[in-house]
Amino acid sequence: MEALVAIIIAVLVGSGVYLVLRARTFPVILGLTLLSYGANLFVFISGRLKLDQVAVVGQSADPTDPLPQALVLTAIVIGFAMTAFLVVLALRAQGELGSDHVDGQRDELYGEQQNKGSR
Amino acid sequence: MNLGFLVLLPFLGAVLPPLAERWRFSRPALSWTAAVLPLLALGVLWFHGRRVFSGETVRQFVPWMPDLGLNLAFRLDGLALLFSLLVLGIGLLIILYARYYLSANEKAGRFYAFLLLFMGAMMGVVTSNNLLLLVVFWELTSLSSFLLIGFWYHQTDARKGARMALAVTGMGGLALLAGAIVIGQVVGSYSLDDVLASGDLIRGHSLYPLILCLVLLGVFTKSAQFPFHFWLPHAMSAPTPVSAYLHSATMVKAGVFLLARLYPALSGTDLWFFLVTGAGLATLLWGAIWALFQHDLKGLLAYSTISHLGLITMLFGLNAQLAAVAGVFHIINHATFKASLFMAAGIIDHETGTRDMRRINGLWKYMPYTAVLAMVASAAMAGVPLLNGFLSKEMFFAETLDSGQLGSLSWILPLGAVLGGVFSVAYSARFIHDVFFNGEPIDLPKYPPHEPPRYMKVPVEVLVALCLAVGIFPSLTVAALLEVAARATLGGTLPEYHLAIWHGFNVPLMMSIVALVGGVLVYSQRLRLFALNDRLPSLDAKLVFEARMQSLARWAGTISSTLRNGSLQSYTAWLLMVVALVLVTSVTRELLAGGGREMLPLDGVALLCGGMLIVAAILTTALHRHRMTAIMCLSVVGLVVSLMFVRFSAPDLALTQLSVEVVTILLLMLAMYFLPVRTRRESSMPRIGRDVVLSVLVGGGVGILAFMMMTSGVDSISPFFLENAKPGGGGTNVVNVILVDFRGFDTFGEIIVLGIAGMGIYALLKDLELYSPQTDSLGRPWAKDAHPLILVTISRPLLPLALMISVYIFLRGHNLPGGGFIAGLITSVALVLQYVASGVAWMHRRIPGDYHPVVALGVLLAGFTGVGAWYFGHPFLTSAFWHVNWPVVGEFEVATAMLFDTGVFLTVVGATLLILANLGKLSLLDDKGGVR
Repeated sequence: MEALVAIIIAVLVGSGVYLVLRARTFPVILGLTLLSYGANLFVFISGRLKLDQVAVVGQSADPTDPLPQALVLTAIVIGFAMTAFLVVLALRAQGELGSDHVDGQRDELYGEQQNKGSR
Repeated sequence: MNLGFLVLLPFLGAVLPPLAERWRFSRPALSWTAAVLPLLALGVLWFHGRRVFSGETVRQFVPWMPDLGLNLAFRLDGLALLFSLLVLGIGLLIILYARYYLSANEKAGRFYAFLLLFMGAMMGVVTSNNLLLLVVFWELTSLSSFLLIGFWYHQTDARKGARMALAVTGMGGLALLAGAIVIGQVVGSYSLDDVLASGDLIRGHSLYPLILCLVLLGVFTKSAQFPFHFWLPHAMSAPTPVSAYLHSATMVKAGVFLLARLYPALSGTDLWFFLVTGAGLATLLWGAIWALFQHDLKGLLAYSTISHLGLITMLFGLNAQLAAVAGVFHIINHATFKASLFMAAGIIDHETGTRDMRRINGLWKYMPYTAVLAMVASAAMAGVPLLNGFLSKEMFFAETLDSGQLGSLSWILPLGAVLGGVFSVAYSARFIHDVFFNGEPIDLPKYPPHEPPRYMKVPVEVLVALCLAVGIFPSLTVAALLEVAARATLGGTLPEYHLAIWHGFNVPLMMSIVALVGGVLVYSQRLRLFALNDRLPSLDAKLVFEARMQSLARWAGTISSTLRNGSLQSYTAWLLMVVALVLVTSVTRELLAGGGREMLPLDGVALLCGGMLIVAAILTTALHRHRMTAIMCLSVVGLVVSLMFVRFSAPDLALTQLSVEVVTILLLMLAMYFLPVRTRRESSMPRIGRDVVLSVLVGGGVGILAFMMMTSGVDSISPFFLENAKPGGGGTNVVNVILVDFRGFDTFGEIIVLGIAGMGIYALLKDLELYSPQTDSLGRPWAKDAHPLILVTISRPLLPLALMISVYIFLRGHNLPGGGFIAGLITSVALVLQYVASGVAWMHRRIPGDYHPVVALGVLLAGFTGVGAWYFGHPFLTSAFWHVNWPVVGEFEVATAMLFDTGVFLTVVGATLLILANLGKLSLLDDKGGVR
């Protein structure tokens, strides 16, 4: 099981890294979302994997580690806020520059093609 | 009375003059506002001064950052008292002088503000009892002197001079900081009391040469010692009151002050002798010789200052107690005669409109009174008997004779001293003869010159009177002050010395006579010397310095433009390459360490779900150019992640992840409406190859690290939380208790971040205009049925149900999975569903107003709950809980954490809806025809 979880984390982080390195805002946002899944899971598993040992007093014989869970819980919510901020930043850049390139490069030809829907 | 006032009052005083200027005070009133707080500080000094004269050292200690060893510690001993007197006393004279010097249209308020800022910094330097604090004030003097030198910032010279002074003294200040830190490491304390008592420890330490070099770099740059002297003449582009203050009595004296201050800790070694005496002698001669060749009145004084600072430095370097006494004495004397000379030069400049000595001649006829004052001060500078300069110069000559540290070469020191004396007499003679006699003035911008306003002369008169009084009656005037100051410098002991004008016919007197006669002879040959000087190739320090600075800036510019090429992709790639490097090196180390923990068995469901996640994540990446498909794949990833949380005993996380997943996907769909639907293929093959390698390295590294971590044993702090959740926090759901109680402060910070993100989004979306396509990417128009009837019908009854569940989740959160975060997210999802189904306009009619007040309310509620604990005398965010017996429900637990959780709930709801509703409104704005 541990190996599977490790592979999952590896795939999430790897895919995230690849997408973050792309040139348009949308894949970068996707990449950051994948990266945060990976990061959240990584922090979460620092409490080790336990089945059916919820960290509620009196319900489990050997409760799992609650601390990483508390950290990850807020991380998930803040991750959402960050994603939302990036999305809006991307929209603002699109509105101001007419381009969704991460460096704000104007891209007239690309825009026209988009408008025609030819690609 | 608090000693800190000595430092604080000038700083406070810096606020008044600009205010007075704003309120259009007259110039005299404005000068008074500048003078009043330094006067008060002088009163404080008088109050403590009596104790200092009776042999005490006054101390004040306020902890600031005790862990770093940095404290607001002040001490007033004899040396600090002497310098405080110079700084405050001469500062007040300068304030009076500047009132007349600055022309009516100049911003005197700004000038006085800078001056008082500098005064405060200087007071801090001289009264600090902590090395780090001293360095802080030291840098403040550099900064405020930059402002003062560049006061006439419309002049290129002033700007360049200010920049040069800041660069040189600031650099020295950094070296001094390093030196102070090394001293602190060696001694184990930054307190000056401890440092001064550990002289033997420091001198015996292997780091002593390093300490000495670093400290001396600071001293030499500040006190314009050779080879760092070149900034001082260029600082003469400052207004004359600034030169009179900074470059006679204070700023440049900070360096020699530090020599005196650290004398007990650092002096007494051969290295000290060679470095300090060597630099002092070189500076003494260099300054004295070049002073003669300056045609600028202030330039002459600047080089003369360099030379006198060299003299003082040399005295401290001689490693003789008597020499140190002479050094302290000359600090006093130089401050008085040089400040008055600068002011006299300023008067001459003010009245004639030029400072060129080739044009200013014969002023005796026009301003005899000023002439007398200036001549007395110049005579003091030359070391003429019956004036204060004579006394300290005699002591200096005697000390150079007594020093035998150079062995058979010991004659170099007295020879150098006499040579310096000769030139010092020569340039003083030039100041007197060239300016006040020597024919008629040539082509003056202001003609005829006349005496300045009455009170402009007062500061000069005061200082010249002091020169005379000290010179004639040394034991009645300066002796007591010199004694306490010298005793403090030497660390308590005081050698036998005798302040008198007449010591009989001895070698020092002969040296004085040789200097006087030789000086006059050299001056009489000046025209030949000038002609010789003109034939030498000229080397302008400013040009050299500027060229160096510019090449440095170009070099830095090249480096930064190479690294900062404006491409986010390249920055990210660099960052990730470093991450990959760290991972590769650390993972190889971890692999050797090995695991040991027993692994869980793998089962079919896990394999299936895990496989789905892996395939979905890879598909998201592979298909990212088809954005809609990519979002679909991404949502699968999110769902499986929440299932993983369920599986591995984290129900809170699963609930959170699930609700966040819904809002994230909604958000991405909304964004996609405005962004291009597909991403163009634009990465080159090598680029894709590089990125794949990076992803494999980083992903693989993190994966292996995760595996190593999961299979290794655990030594966690969590048993504490598990044990104390119930007795300490009043709840059984440990995750929630950690969030709202143990780590409540973190959570508080996190909801603030959430709120800030919401506000940032609100601001970014304001006035945003976006092109919204009328058709999809294939050219098909959007569906007419924006609000499908079935969705509307089902969603409406869902709302109360969802809200009820959210209340339930919220209330049980302290004891069972749930809580403010999750309840907030569920409420948000329920409301967002209404937006999606029925439209923004429909919702807006029912929930008018914006969401950001909700965010603010949430953060405030959480904050006040925390502050409430103070009221009961507990630390911030301490929670309390009670058991309440409700009639029907039975026993129930009420915790203040619940109130905090309500704040969390409100912030989450507010921020989420703020984000989504505002983004949704954007799509409403662009088709004004109807509601989508």
